[in-house]
Amino acid sequence: MNIVVLVKQVPDSGADRNLRSDDNTVDRGSANNVINEMDEYAIEEALKIKEAHGGEVTILTMGPDRATESIRKALSMGPDKAVHVLDDALHGSCAVATSKVLAAALGQLNADLVICGAESTDGRVQVMPHMIAERLGVAALTGARKLTVDGATLTVERQTEEGYEVVTASTPAVVSVWDTINEPRYPSFKGIMAAKKKPVQTLSLAELGVAPAEVGFHGATSAVVEHTKRPPRSGGAKITDEGEGGVKLVEFLATEKFV
Amino acid sequence: MSEVLVVVEATKEFGVKKVTLEMLTLARELGTPSAVVLGGAGAAEALSGKLGEYGAEKIYAAEGDDIDGYLVAPKATVLAELVRRVQPAAVLLASAQEGKEIAARLAVKLDNGILTDVVGLDADGTATQVAFAGSTIVKAKVTKGLPLVTVRPNSVTPAPAAATPAIEQLTVSVTDTDKLATVIERVAEQKGSRPELTEAGVVVSGGRGVGNADNFKLVEELADLLGGAVGASRAAVDSGFYPHQFQVGQTGKTVSPQLYVALGISGAIQHRAGMQTSKTIVAVNKDGEAPIFELADFGVVGDLFKIVPQAAEEIRKRK
Repeated sequence: MNIVVLVKQVPDSGADRNLRSDDNTVDRGSANNVINEMDEYAIEEALKIKEAHGGEVTILTMGPDRATESIRKALSMGPDKAVHVLDDALHGSCAVATSKVLAAALGQLNADLVICGAESTDGRVQVMPHMIAERLGVAALTGARKLTVDGATLTVERQTEEGYEVVTASTPAVVSVWDTINEPRYPSFKGIMAAKKKPVQTLSLAELGVAPAEVGFHGATSAVVEHTKRPPRSGGAKITDEGEGGVKLVEFLATEKFV
Repeated sequence: MSEVLVVVEATKEFGVKKVTLEMLTLARELGTPSAVVLGGAGAAEALSGKLGEYGAEKIYAAEGDDIDGYLVAPKATVLAELVRRVQPAAVLLASAQEGKEIAARLAVKLDNGILTDVVGLDADGTATQVAFAGSTIVKAKVTKGLPLVTVRPNSVTPAPAAATPAIEQLTVSVTDTDKLATVIERVAEQKGSRPELTEAGVVVSGGRGVGNADNFKLVEELADLLGGAVGASRAAVDSGFYPHQFQVGQTGKTVSPQLYVALGISGAIQHRAGMQTSKTIVAVNKDGEAPIFELADFGVVGDLFKIVPQAAEEIRKRK
């Protein structure tokens, strides 16, 4: 099975994150950039499918030059190769334009299965799998906590607000996964060394047949008008329990009219 | 005034969800709200009373197995046709899994911008969003097409405005491409009568400090006494104490209740990302240095196994 995993480089969600003051885009320059955590689960799932059924795993990333670090990191887990969509005109692209670019790249990769994380930790927009599926005219099985592959039949169990659903489709398809699906492996030393030699193909917009005017700021379908940092919350009263902690807690809740 | 389409979120168990009423309330600022029900046969009829109560002047319904038997693609197709026909001033969906998925497909079909996790919407279509785990407030606009936004639950207070909507059944003509992802089975596992996590006014969450699955009864008891929902930190979920659908945090649900009670939760960024826009935060933790106390309006340092039962007892006394 030919599997493509979408990997996004994002600012570390454990550190302070900001939007840029000049163009209102995510500040990636001063951030510690990492692989979007959910994507590691997507890579792991792809590797498990390859191990069980054979095939090839390709990483697909759209991002600036520095995304190369995340691509190598992804490859160190075990995928075979990577494709990096790299073009200065992409800066400032909205989700709609991003899906256009990724769909164009996927069109050249002949994937049977596209796996991605359910959302990224920077935008948390959660729209990419369905946008790509819509463009490619293939099925999208999203939010998987379990994925079963039986020949060309994919079956996914996905969490819903009320419980869960079991959903099925045939390849080609897009599957997005939550972090409940598996436990991603750590790259081995051998894997890290091997990743340095794995092929990483760079694709420009011209090579994808996408006009620069359709992406970036020119092609954006939405715009940030302004942004402000919220003042950090400050802690209020803190007491140490000396036998009456529960009562004191309820007294506080009562003054706030919750009890 | 032009129509504003509100795509209804509802469940079989609870009917119209609160976020739908919030959307109808927001929609009235932008135009005349029309509710869109996409679901199983008879869904619109069952929901029309409540939708009218909150100002839906009209209900568009697309119902049946072609809509309900597949993942969101047929819903997006029907909605896109409706948008092309009525040219609404805006389209509002819930910022939950399905709402975002329908919106995603709609954005591509119409080549239209999309804004998700919106907590406020001005009459001119400017949306307010909360980004980066609640640390940044963003004002944004759709610059291509109509305002297509998904609204985060607990963003506005639903206000009633009585109307008597007529139901218009839409013709459902979906393509084979819309039927590629078939729903084989839907399993309900909602426990009891607790409010849904993202919509609850009160959320009581347990973390690693709760110790084991059995002890989560303490968390549930306090939640029930406060009429709230139960949440869990990632550490608690990863340890198998509580099911994943109740996880609050960066890789779980984002909640914004009036009251958030954190029990045995240290307050790692992972968790804070999902709850720090709560109005009032209360924490109990044995470690006085735990970062959760930096957020808490009221914190108790001590043993939750002593403090929580005592608090429960005190609430019962006051009732």
